[in-house]
Amino acid sequence: MTAQTVTGASSSSSAPRPAGPWRRAGRRLARDRAAMVALAVLLAVTAACLMAPFYARDVAHTDPFTSNVAGAVMIDGRSVDIMQPNDNPLHLGLSPIGPTWRASADLLGADSQGRDLAARLLYGGRTSLLISFCAAALCIVLAAVVGIVAGYVGGIVDAVLSRIMDIMWAVPVYLFAISLSIVTVSQGLKLGPITIGSDNLLIPICIIALVYVPYAARPVRGRVMSLRRAEFVTAARALGVPGYRIVLRDILPNVTGTLVVLAPLMMALAMMAESALSFLSIGVQAPGASWGTIIQDGEGLIYTRPMVAIAPGLAIVIVVLALNVLGDGMRDALDVRDSGRERG
Amino acid sequence: MTYRVGRGQVLRALDGVSLAVRPGEVLGLVGESGCGKSTLGRCLLRLVQPSGGRVVFDGTDITMLPERRLRPLRQDMQMVFQDSYAALNPRRRVGDLVAEPLRVHPAPSGGRRSRGEIAARLAELMDLVGLPQTALERYPHEFSGGQRQRINIARALALSPRLVVADEPVAALDVSIQAQIVNLFMDLRDRLGLTYVFVAHDLAVVRQISTRVAVMYLGAIVELGEADAVLHHPAHPYTAALIAAVPEPVVRTQGLPPPLRGDVPSPIAPPPGCRFHTRCPVVRERCRVDPPLLRALPDGRDVACHYPLVEERAGP
Repeated sequence: MTAQTVTGASSSSSAPRPAGPWRRAGRRLARDRAAMVALAVLLAVTAACLMAPFYARDVAHTDPFTSNVAGAVMIDGRSVDIMQPNDNPLHLGLSPIGPTWRASADLLGADSQGRDLAARLLYGGRTSLLISFCAAALCIVLAAVVGIVAGYVGGIVDAVLSRIMDIMWAVPVYLFAISLSIVTVSQGLKLGPITIGSDNLLIPICIIALVYVPYAARPVRGRVMSLRRAEFVTAARALGVPGYRIVLRDILPNVTGTLVVLAPLMMALAMMAESALSFLSIGVQAPGASWGTIIQDGEGLIYTRPMVAIAPGLAIVIVVLALNVLGDGMRDALDVRDSGRERG
Repeated sequence: MTYRVGRGQVLRALDGVSLAVRPGEVLGLVGESGCGKSTLGRCLLRLVQPSGGRVVFDGTDITMLPERRLRPLRQDMQMVFQDSYAALNPRRRVGDLVAEPLRVHPAPSGGRRSRGEIAARLAELMDLVGLPQTALERYPHEFSGGQRQRINIARALALSPRLVVADEPVAALDVSIQAQIVNLFMDLRDRLGLTYVFVAHDLAVVRQISTRVAVMYLGAIVELGEADAVLHHPAHPYTAALIAAVPEPVVRTQGLPPPLRGDVPSPIAPPPGCRFHTRCPVVRERCRVDPPLLRALPDGRDVACHYPLVEERAGP
C-alpha cells in the first residue's frame, strides 16, 4: 500500500518528515529476527524456483516434463540407467534411480517416469507459489470488498452477505474446494463468451480464493463495523465527506493492517489447499507440476523411493512454516489489535 | 429522539426539546451525564436522525433532507468532539486531516480548490489555532490532548462555518489546558463572529463562555435563559442543585437547597408528572401528576417548573 499523500505546506524542509505508521511497522519487523529469517527463506525458495529453467537446461540437462524411462545419466564417468531393477526381494519391475547427490545427474533421483525430481521440484514450486500467491491476493481483495460493504453498509446488505458467508463456512473448506474442482476439471469453466480450459491455473486460483473468502472477510467486517462507529468517521460525516470517500480515506487505511497481516496466513492456507487438490489430481493438471502433484507421483514409490514424496512435502512444510512465522511477525509489527491509540 | 432498546422498550433520549440558537450567541448546554445534551448537539447537525420533530438551520428544514443535499449546508455548521484523539484518523497526517473539508467542498468561487489554495489555508488555520506549521506533517498521536483539540478546531473552522457545535470539547483535558482551549474558543468567536452551541457538564466552563444557558434533565430542557440569570439566580430546583454541587474553595452557607439524593431515573421509564419530582427538594403534590411545560418567566427566561425558585412578579 502506498502512503497517503499530504498536500500540506510541505516546503518546510528543515524538520525531517516524521515516519508514517507503515514505515514504523517496517522498522519493527526488521528487528524481528524470526520474521526476517522466514522472509529470507521465502525469498530463497522463490528465487530458486524462478531459476528452474536454468537448472533444468544448464545444470541437469534434462526436460522435466517428458517421460524419460529409457534414459541414462553419467555418474562418475559411468553411464547408469535411470530405471533400474527393483531392489525388493522379488526383483520385480523397475524403480527410478534414487538420489545421486550430484547436481548434474538426478540430484534427488527421478520419479516413476524417469524425470529429474530436483528439476520438477523447482518447476512445481513455481506453480505452487504462483497459485498460492495469486489465490491469497484474490481472496484478500474479495474479502476486503465483502467485509467493507457488509460492515459499512450494514442492515439487510450485511445480513445477506453474512448469511452467504455462513453457508460457505458451514461446508468444510476442502470438501467445498474439491466439489468445485471436480466440476471444473471435467468440463472447464464457461462464463458466457469466456471459456477457461480445465488445465488453466486460473481455475485452482479462483476456487481456492473463493473458498477462503469467509475466513478473511469476517475479521475485516468486524473491524469495519467498529470503525464505522469511530468518532473520526462521525467527524468525517459532520465535515460533509461523501460516503465513498469515507470508505476509501478513513476506513480502508485502517483495515489494510488487518489485510496485510492476513496475507501470508492466507497464502499458507492456499498453498496447502493447492497441494491437497493437486494431490487428488483435481488441481494442477499433467504435465504441469506442483508440489501436490509430485507428492502424488511419489505415493506409488513411497517404499522404494520415498524422496519423491518427501522432498515436495518438506518444501511445503518449509514454505508454510515460514509464511506463518512471517505473518506472526507482521501482526506484531503492525500491532493490528490496537492500531488505534499509541499514547506513550 | 427515541431509541429502541429491545423488547418493545423505547428510550427517549430527547423529549419535547425546543430551542432556538441566535446568531452570534454562545448557548451553553448543561446537565448530568446521560441527560441528552450530546444527543441534542448531534441532532442539530443531523449526525443522528431524530425520530420526530424538526431541525431548522437558517430557514431550511434539514430534518428530512437527504445527505446529498445536506452536504453543502455542512460547510456552515461544524462540530468539535470531546475525544480529540478518537475524532482524528490515526493513519492520516494532520495536514491531510485538516485539508479534508477543503478538498470535499468546492471553493466559494465554484470548482475545486487548488493545492496552493489549500496549503495557504492550512497555514492560516495553524496560525489561527496557535499550532506551528510543522504540525501539518505530523500524526495525531504525536500531540498532547490540548494540541489535538486545536487540530480538531482548525479542521472545524477550515470552511469558515457560522455555527460550531462543541460537544464537551474540554471535558477530557487537564484543567490548565481547559482554560487555554476555552480562551481559544472565545477568541475565535470574537475574531470570526461564530455562533456556538457549547455542550458541557462543567458549570465553571459554561459560565465563562456562554451568553445563554440551557439546563437539561432526563432528555428535556428544564431551564433556558441568559447565562447570568440562570447561573446566579436559578429558577429551577435542578439548576440550583447543579450549582450547589460545584465544589467551591469558599464554603457558602446560605440559601442553598440540600444536595440531591438518589439516581437519575431510567429514561426508558421516566417518572410521571415532573421528570425531576423523584429527586426534587421542594417537591409538592402537583408535581407528581402534572408535567410542567417550559414557560416564560417575567425576566425573560423559560423554566419547566410549577414552583420556580425566583419570584413571579406579574406585570412591570
